[in-house]
Amino acid sequence: MLSKKNKEALFNPLSKDNPVLVQILGICSTLAVTVSLEPAIVMGIAVITVMAFSNVIISLIRNTIPTTIRIIVQLVVVAALVIMVQQFLVAYNYDVSKQLSVFIGLIITNCILMGRLEAFALNNKPWPSFLDGIGNGLGYSIILVIVAFFRELLGSGTIFGFQVIPQWCYDHGYENNGLMILPPMALITVACIIWVHRARNTELQEN
Amino acid sequence: MNKNSNTYQILYAAIMVLLVGVVLAFVYMALKPKQDVNIANDKRSQILNALHISAPNEAEIPATYDKYVTRDLLIDQNGNITDSTKNVAFNVDMSKNIKLSKDQQQLPVLECTLDDGSKKYVIPIYGAGLWGPIWGFVAVNDDGKTIYGANFSHASETPGLGARITEKEFQKQFENKSLFQDEKFTSVSVMKKGQKPTNGSDYVDAISGATITSRGVSTMMESCMAAYEPFFKKLKQ
Repeated sequence: MLSKKNKEALFNPLSKDNPVLVQILGICSTLAVTVSLEPAIVMGIAVITVMAFSNVIISLIRNTIPTTIRIIVQLVVVAALVIMVQQFLVAYNYDVSKQLSVFIGLIITNCILMGRLEAFALNNKPWPSFLDGIGNGLGYSIILVIVAFFRELLGSGTIFGFQVIPQWCYDHGYENNGLMILPPMALITVACIIWVHRARNTELQEN
Repeated sequence: MNKNSNTYQILYAAIMVLLVGVVLAFVYMALKPKQDVNIANDKRSQILNALHISAPNEAEIPATYDKYVTRDLLIDQNGNITDSTKNVAFNVDMSKNIKLSKDQQQLPVLECTLDDGSKKYVIPIYGAGLWGPIWGFVAVNDDGKTIYGANFSHASETPGLGARITEKEFQKQFENKSLFQDEKFTSVSVMKKGQKPTNGSDYVDAISGATITSRGVSTMMESCMAAYEPFFKKLKQ
């Protein structure tokens, strides 16, 4: 079930080969959906689902896909899955679907997906591909959650919508940092995480 | 079979797209009823919001709505009621309605009765923000002149800037503002701090940094509410 190679496919993307921190993919949506924790988590789950299933589907049909139109095939599969996720959200979690609006649709253009399909699913069996999808989706989601935690805490003073910064702080002149809500601070937060991550993993540092 | 022959590629693409199309159509049909319920409930809670009412939970929204919104009206350009069947005003699709020419547009009004027996008239409004549509519901007192409450929503305004039209602090400003000055309809303007409207209308403070969305709210109020002038005048009498 979990041979050494499969373990690598699942766990490497969490840290050493993290799609956001190391491959620097999917930055655009990281900026967009991390204003608060709830949409970040829903987005994470959506990306994990789409990645795992598109990896499996592509891997299943990999021997039949004509190489000349493989990108089109990948796009159709991803787009179909994304539309399904979107429809399910509108039906079962309308509030979050309103918050995420266009960003769910933009999963189609998330480079992590196409990157993994091209680099992994086209050359590997379904099970390792499934693990690779889950791993990369998780790696992406972890970063989303970390960024969203700091942005929601400092930008709105809440966690999951509950106020965590006590009222007396506001009474004594504490203000939420409005800049944290805007995309530039997401970029800086991601950069700080990359900084910490590289400081701890010296083998990732370039000379 | 040769995988790179033209026939194979074309057949492959055609069959794949057909299959995906069937699956998507199936998913859409299966989920449609549930989605419609969600969308209608969202609209109901926005209307209730303009009346400062919120349902205790999501399941209670339709019941709460039915309790307070007592009559649906469609009116004509002269302020006369043309239709008052149930949900006729609620079902008007404002995004389509706004595209029609002035004399073809339907003018929906939701007549609401609050706990203290006072009547409010909720008018749906619809306009353009910076990135996409913005819309709202304005509750007018039965004097046909002052605003009781307002609720605004948007599709894709910038978070932290234009998106703040959904915040209570912004919407609260509209309360008790008058739509009429000296018996003339002037709407309520949204102005930058320190500026005053030239036509002497009542005004509220714009959101700093969101000039276009604020202007959108102002324009939407004026263009959508103006058609109701005869109706408001009739209410006053």
